[in-house]
Amino acid sequence: MSAVAPVRLRRRLTPGTRRNLVAGLLFISPWLVGFVAFYLYPALASLYYSFTDFKILEAPRWIGLDNYARLGSDPLFWKSLGNTLYLAVFGLPLSVLSALAIALLLNVKGIRGISIFRTIFYLPVVVPTVAVAILWIWLLNPQYGLVNQILGFVGLPQPKWFFDADWTKPGIILMTVWGVGDVVVIYLGALQGVSRDLYDAADVDGAGRFGKIRHVTIPMISPAILFNLITGAIAIFQYFTQAYVISEGTTSRGSGAIGGLQNSLLFYGLHLYNNAFRYFRLGYASALAWILLLVILAFTVLMLWASRRRVYYASDR
Amino acid sequence: MTAAVAREAGRSRKRRPDAWKIGAYAALLGLGAVYLLPLLWMIATSLKTGPQAITSPPTLVPSPFVWENYPRALSEINFPQALRNSLLYAVPAVVGSVLSCSVVAYGFARINWPGRDVLFVILLATMMLPGQVTFIPLYVIYAKLGWVGTFLPLVVPTFLGNPFFIFLLRQFFRGIPEELSSAARIDGASERQILLRIILPLSVPALITVALFTFIDKWGDFFGPIIYLNNPDLYPLSVAIQTFQSSHKTDWPLSMAASVVISAPLVVLYFLAQRKFIEGITLTGIKG
Repeated sequence: MSAVAPVRLRRRLTPGTRRNLVAGLLFISPWLVGFVAFYLYPALASLYYSFTDFKILEAPRWIGLDNYARLGSDPLFWKSLGNTLYLAVFGLPLSVLSALAIALLLNVKGIRGISIFRTIFYLPVVVPTVAVAILWIWLLNPQYGLVNQILGFVGLPQPKWFFDADWTKPGIILMTVWGVGDVVVIYLGALQGVSRDLYDAADVDGAGRFGKIRHVTIPMISPAILFNLITGAIAIFQYFTQAYVISEGTTSRGSGAIGGLQNSLLFYGLHLYNNAFRYFRLGYASALAWILLLVILAFTVLMLWASRRRVYYASDR
Repeated sequence: MTAAVAREAGRSRKRRPDAWKIGAYAALLGLGAVYLLPLLWMIATSLKTGPQAITSPPTLVPSPFVWENYPRALSEINFPQALRNSLLYAVPAVVGSVLSCSVVAYGFARINWPGRDVLFVILLATMMLPGQVTFIPLYVIYAKLGWVGTFLPLVVPTFLGNPFFIFLLRQFFRGIPEELSSAARIDGASERQILLRIILPLSVPALITVALFTFIDKWGDFFGPIIYLNNPDLYPLSVAIQTFQSSHKTDWPLSMAASVVISAPLVVLYFLAQRKFIEGITLTGIKG
């Protein structure tokens, strides 16, 4: 706001309000410092770096829009974008739907032992990401992994998973679906907030089980679905650790860059990391970061806009 | 009235054997088994010999149990050093996070001051900012300060608040009746005293949630350590285990033993404080 605002504000403030203002600012001061040091300054600095040629040891050199212009001709940029979209298009709906299905099953009236099942579905979330990734490299081992042993036992084809560039991403998706416990818990919380009366009213109207799920449950928990879609997409755009561990755990690294078999696991976050810390192109990596931010913002706005008539907020009543 | 009629209808329907309930149980048992199996497989493999781990058909119960895998895995990853590093990261981070977030949340939740809500919206907005946008300039700053290769870049930020936990604690603090604060103010208590003597003692469950989530987050963190530590002697368990696995790609029993070792403390914590987890996730998830 304008510079005169604080002056005018101060004149109008009663002594009590002024005391509160000082106390409030004092209490939030750790965050204010953190906000400037870890968000505001770095974000602006990275915007500036994105217009420069910057190799950590030399001062950044202004090159205008060159970094952004180079994106179009960087085959790995497109590769990483494609890989990331693959996860978003195939993996995200699958995760969100399987979590919803599990939560709906747990929410069936009269089911006992919810807490035991909830524990089972949540446990994979508790396991550290590195351990999860290593475990899945083993589970999806082409010859000896448990998954292929079972597939072979029932006579299904046995993909080579992380050792076949066409199957690395389906392998990642499988691993992701195993880790949806936190999403299940969010849905369960939302489901428990749906008023019994609505179901009773639907009973009066003669709605069946699926009718109730479609016309009562889904609309009532739609804010949670939207929340999970948005946070899930943001997480995919930043996907890093699992892909790093699996790349390093299944290929022998030659060039120093990380991306899995034939770059099939080169997700956007990994491409950015490679540029920053393997090729030391900090300016170009900053441009990648700003494109990422814009994509996330655009996606979020788009989701909120597209869902504005489909999501039910209790406060709208 | 209509609700009562409907409840009646529901009750009469319940008397029939409920195919839905049976179906739901069957599906849950099947899915539960599928979700549990990978973890059992991890533990089973960690106790097998190399040849036993790759037998076909696979067996779930090791015979014999090779307990020696654990001491071997621990010495391979230099466990005492890696554990020390994990704790040097996670424990100060828990302290920093609980301290800073409760103080900041108090300022946002229990004091009325002009501009508060605008700043809170900014705080929420920072949650949207991907770490990728900030980590290059931060790396440059830390390098200039001489912090790269120390735990400072990982620990210091935790003492300056985390938007997610500030949000969580603010929600909790706002649920505490305002009368408690105003009564204390009339008695001449300062805001600091109100926070320390009234709000914090009533917020222990939420503070535990923050401590747990921070510990889990930092214990498993991989990105921060590989960027800022830059020194194998400082690597925590997460990086030590990844390094071991990528250089011993076929030693599955030892890789799994190491994975069990890094996971076990968190699984134990989870069983001890399950409700805290669920509350924390639900509180933040639904509001979003």
